[in-house]
Amino acid sequence: MISPLASEVPVSWYLFLSAALFCLGVAGFLIKRNLITVFMSIELMLNAVNLSFVAFAWQWHAVKGQIFVFFVMMVAAAEAAVGLAIIIAVYRARTTLAVDRIDLMKL
Amino acid sequence: MNGPLLFLPLIPLLPFAGFLINGVLGGRLPKPLVTFVGLVAPLLSFSIVARDAFLVWSGSLALPVAEQGGPAWISIGTLHITFGAVFDQLSMVMLLIVTGVGFLIHVYSVGYMADDKSYARYFSYLNLFLFFMTTLVLAGNVLLMFVGWEGVGLASYLLIGFWFTKDSASNAGKKAFIVNRVGDFGFLIGIFLLLATFGTLSFSEISAALAASPGWQGNVFNVIALCLLFGATGKSAQLPLYIWLPDAMEGPTPVSALIHAATMVTAGVYMICRTHVLFNHAPFALGTVAVVGAATAFFAATMGLVQNDIKRVLAYSTISQLGYMFLGCGVAAYSAAIFHLMTHAFFKALLFLGAGAVIHSLGGEQDMRKMGGLWKTMPVTFACMTAAVMAICGIPPFAGFFSKDAILYATFLHYGAGGKILWFVGVVTALLTALYMFRLWYMTFLGNSRSEVHHPHPTPASMLVPMTILGALSLCGGWIGIEHFGGFLEPVLGEMPTKSGSAVTEWILTGIAVLLAIEGWLIIDKYYRRKPERPAQLAARVPGAYNLLFNKYYVDEFYGWTVVKPVLVVSRYVLGWFIDKAVIGGAVWLLGGTATLTGAILQRWQSGNIRSYAAWLAAAAAAVLLFIVVPWTSVLAGIGIHIHMAGH
Repeated sequence: MISPLASEVPVSWYLFLSAALFCLGVAGFLIKRNLITVFMSIELMLNAVNLSFVAFAWQWHAVKGQIFVFFVMMVAAAEAAVGLAIIIAVYRARTTLAVDRIDLMKL
Repeated sequence: MNGPLLFLPLIPLLPFAGFLINGVLGGRLPKPLVTFVGLVAPLLSFSIVARDAFLVWSGSLALPVAEQGGPAWISIGTLHITFGAVFDQLSMVMLLIVTGVGFLIHVYSVGYMADDKSYARYFSYLNLFLFFMTTLVLAGNVLLMFVGWEGVGLASYLLIGFWFTKDSASNAGKKAFIVNRVGDFGFLIGIFLLLATFGTLSFSEISAALAASPGWQGNVFNVIALCLLFGATGKSAQLPLYIWLPDAMEGPTPVSALIHAATMVTAGVYMICRTHVLFNHAPFALGTVAVVGAATAFFAATMGLVQNDIKRVLAYSTISQLGYMFLGCGVAAYSAAIFHLMTHAFFKALLFLGAGAVIHSLGGEQDMRKMGGLWKTMPVTFACMTAAVMAICGIPPFAGFFSKDAILYATFLHYGAGGKILWFVGVVTALLTALYMFRLWYMTFLGNSRSEVHHPHPTPASMLVPMTILGALSLCGGWIGIEHFGGFLEPVLGEMPTKSGSAVTEWILTGIAVLLAIEGWLIIDKYYRRKPERPAQLAARVPGAYNLLFNKYYVDEFYGWTVVKPVLVVSRYVLGWFIDKAVIGGAVWLLGGTATLTGAILQRWQSGNIRSYAAWLAAAAAAVLLFIVVPWTSVLAGIGIHIHMAGH
């Protein structure tokens, strides 16, 4: 049961989109100074990978990839909760979210 | 096991428990409890020994008893060494002395050490000593004996340096320990040779192997016996290793009585008696034992003549009396040596305890020139000391007379003309003994008081009672006679070699020895009572001889220049400066410097900046991708480089 619309879009398009999103995420992670934006860039990278998972699952008619995506989303949700909590704690302690000023590891 | 329970393992383990309790908790326990723990452990040990001895006496226990002591301690190939104990006539007598005299001195210490702030530490060390000493005596093999041997050395070191804040005390402890180590080196070599020759270290198996082949001769026995003798000269303060014992008097006086007079220093004699079957197969070594003993007895006695410190006189007299015991061993009269060991334990412990009482009452004064006239203020001590002095001088019917007489008589009969010379040395030493002991007696107790202390401390009962008991033993301890005593020990030590001698010879020899002892008394009486100015005149008349004796033949200086100085110089300059500072220190600095430098360079990577880490991560990921995706082999082949992969 292949949908007629989907059959017109080759899987490579999805993969290009996924790669573009991932590179955007990497670039955002490297360039942005705000911790929340950095965090969002990480989410973007995760979802770029999710997209390629789903694309391959559709391509190969294998459900495993879709199941994997659920796992990733679940872990990402937990990570978001923990990450946001850390960000709030960091803000309370340092009153800033600029990543290059949160460098206490350096003496 | 057949027969009654002997509780042999408890004999050493009870004092060890006392050591642990007082050593770990002593500082927090109330003082009476410390005293209780410290006293009850040796008392129980003594009770066990006494009960076992009673079983032997009543005939319900046949000796010897050997206990296997549980599983093997060391098992290598065919060699099995256990914690086995041997309980025979010899170890029974020795245990009675060690735990009995040991307990009395524990009691005495309660009074003597009452004001010391390290009271619990003192008793824990004393119990530790008893643990190791009883281990040494009970050991069924040479290696276990060596453990006890080293252990008593440790306890001795701890107790000599008990007042370790005093430089002289801690130095004396170190000296004792190091000199003993020199002797232990010989003992260890002897143990290795025993193992190589017999393949076993058990006393009973070695004796059985030797007894099975009486004609078995060989220089190896002489070498082993000489090694063991060297070990014994260290522990028992004989020539040439006696130098530590006079300095060991820095320890508390009860320690001098227990360790450096009555028990530990006799370990060498005990060891020779334990291995006497081997010495019987080594005639040369046995002769060496006799010569070492006689020479030590004589030299130590001459040094004792001119000392002014009361404890040092007693130290030299201990060395001298130990020389008598070695002489007894050396003429194969082992029973006589053990007999003298026993009586000596009684009277020498008493002499030290008496000296301790004197020192205690005079507030720490040890110089005999500042004593005198103490018989009025310390009558009980005076009476006990008199008994001990009579005993050590060999005046009948005191204990020392019987044992010293037995040794001298056996010496006279042994070795032909050589034995006569040794006997002569022994008899002259008996005269010297009388001289220095009565000198001590007169200077300390008789005459007018030269003390600066006008109100002597009273001596507590805890000190007087042990002295009284030892006084009684110094009087009666020899009455059993060498015939009965030697007969009792005969199953272990063989029969006394004097059975062939005639009674007339014995009476004449005894008469000479006693007359010389009394002559010594008379000489001292003349010099120190009737003409007290004479000793100084005599010293002034022969200054060379006096200085030689007063400086102890310069032996300490000799060892200092020939051994200690070179070792110190090599240690400081070669080992200290060159090896330690230059080689080892340099290598460490080089390693450390390299690490620091590398760290300083690599440190720059750790910027603490998340984005720089992420950039490195991304760059590395890109590099890996590039490596996988690009077909390097064909790309390189395109520019003329061919790579041959393994397997392709």
